[in-house]
Amino acid sequence: MATLEARGLRKAFGTTIALDGVDLRVEEGHILGLIGPNGAGKTTALNTILGLTQYQGELRVLGRDPWTERDQLMRDVCFIADVAVLPRWMRVSQALDYVAGVHPRFDRAKAEGFLAKTTIKRGSKVRELSKGMVTQLHLALVMAIDAKLLVLDEPTLGLDILYRKQFYDSLLNDYFDRTRTIVVTTHQVEEVQHILTDVMFINRGRIVLDCSMEEFESRYLEVMVLPQHVAAARALKPIHERQVFGRSILLFDGVDRHQLAALGEVRTPGIADLFVAVMGNQAGAAQGAAA
Amino acid sequence: MNTPSNTLPQSPLDPQAVTPTAISETRPLYWSIRRELWENRSIYIAPLVVAGVVLIAFLIATIGRAVATVDPAQRAAVLTERNNFAAGVIMATAFIVGVFYCLDALHGERRDRSILFWKSLPVSDLTTVLSKASIPLVVLPLLTFAIIVVMQVIMLLLSSAVLLMSGLSVATLWTPLPLFQMSLVLLYHLVTVHVLWHAPIYAWLLLVSGWARRAVFLWAVLPPLAIGIVEKIVFNTSHFAAMLGSRLAGPEAPHFTGPGSVPAHPLMTFDPGTFLSAPGLWIGLAFAAVFLAAAIRLRRYQGPI
Repeated sequence: MATLEARGLRKAFGTTIALDGVDLRVEEGHILGLIGPNGAGKTTALNTILGLTQYQGELRVLGRDPWTERDQLMRDVCFIADVAVLPRWMRVSQALDYVAGVHPRFDRAKAEGFLAKTTIKRGSKVRELSKGMVTQLHLALVMAIDAKLLVLDEPTLGLDILYRKQFYDSLLNDYFDRTRTIVVTTHQVEEVQHILTDVMFINRGRIVLDCSMEEFESRYLEVMVLPQHVAAARALKPIHERQVFGRSILLFDGVDRHQLAALGEVRTPGIADLFVAVMGNQAGAAQGAAA
Repeated sequence: MNTPSNTLPQSPLDPQAVTPTAISETRPLYWSIRRELWENRSIYIAPLVVAGVVLIAFLIATIGRAVATVDPAQRAAVLTERNNFAAGVIMATAFIVGVFYCLDALHGERRDRSILFWKSLPVSDLTTVLSKASIPLVVLPLLTFAIIVVMQVIMLLLSSAVLLMSGLSVATLWTPLPLFQMSLVLLYHLVTVHVLWHAPIYAWLLLVSGWARRAVFLWAVLPPLAIGIVEKIVFNTSHFAAMLGSRLAGPEAPHFTGPGSVPAHPLMTFDPGTFLSAPGLWIGLAFAAVFLAAAIRLRRYQGPI
């Protein structure tokens, strides 16, 4: 059974179509990055997975329908939403008490252990904590829950680079094991590239790219082309071309590595670069269709 | 830069399988109610403060007046005056606290986005709404009961002390008002009027609180007012307004003023038969159930605003 399976997932807000027939499948033990521009439907997709939004189409999360079985589902699913949503009036000790009280899979000792590594005081109210500390607290609560699926929606938004790096490091080192599954959306794509096992691009409610990182690395190649080979390189139909310090960098999809090596320095592109290329082409195609 | 405050939770703890603790059905409800009390401390602070003020007023007015009265007979009369004003003030406070609590209960969590956190936990919408409804329907009445009983015991003890110091008998003070019987009457009044009769008011406020995006108070008050006004203009009657009035004021007096078999207590006397056979009670409870069911259903659809 896949952790997450959707078929023809649709969601419209009035005339705005947020999800337009999304198919996706995430297997246990994978870390999926869901990447897309603002308004692409990322948060809507996550909300349907979490049972926060009604949807059309088929969706099964850990074998359950999230819309009608949210409370049972949340025993095995955790999520951290885009901004700090911990209630500001709550004390740290109360947050621990409450989660321990209602969650059957919460290991309080573990959460206390995580908090001991921070400067967060038990008696502090959430409103007194800095944004970074609130994220630490939320992460400590979530990591102490033995969940099967963790959903992160822009978890590091507004955090400085140290917190961001440590956030993903602790997630990977202390939380992730091969039996858990993580779905993450973020704009800081380059920071998560190394932790992902799968990547998915979403634009205007549709999945425009869905591949494993292994596939990504073998399929997409970026070449810093030597000036004398630019014409030859362009003949191989790059999907994107950009100029850096007067050098042309061409991005290829499914072109043989040896063939490219003759043209210049070959490397694996960043997800961000591929994202720009794919989204740019989409915009171009849309304009072409309109013309 | 590398201050400890910048370290995220990094633990050498091995990921170990947590055996799910068995959580009974009522445990999330219990913790949700505690959560409400953490968030809304006015639920118990406001009645306690009012009780304190009432006691001070009692000290100054009654005890002060009694001590100042020289004639022993008059002094006794002052001290044995029936004082139900105090109980009424506490009940009114609890009602106001309950109303404002309900108006914010399902709106506040959407306004501050914390609904996303609450919904990330395995607590159903049913449990959440019931925990919120139980504040005005269970917690506040019990609290009111306890505060009034304690307050009256303190007042009786103070009066007794003054009487004893004056060398007067305390019998007149204690016999007409048996404490146990008085508490029963009080409890009956709280359950019938403040819980059963007022239940549709609180349920309506909770529903509006879960539905309105802003101006919850106006949405709660204006529609009933509009219905009353339209009725007045169109039919030149005021049944709806009268119905609302009796809902707020409590069941009509006849249901409560039985023959004075119980020592006359101005609040009311027992007459459960009449009370339970009043159709208004059951219609009101049916409305309360519908409003609460709608609020539970609605919470599933609601997100941050």
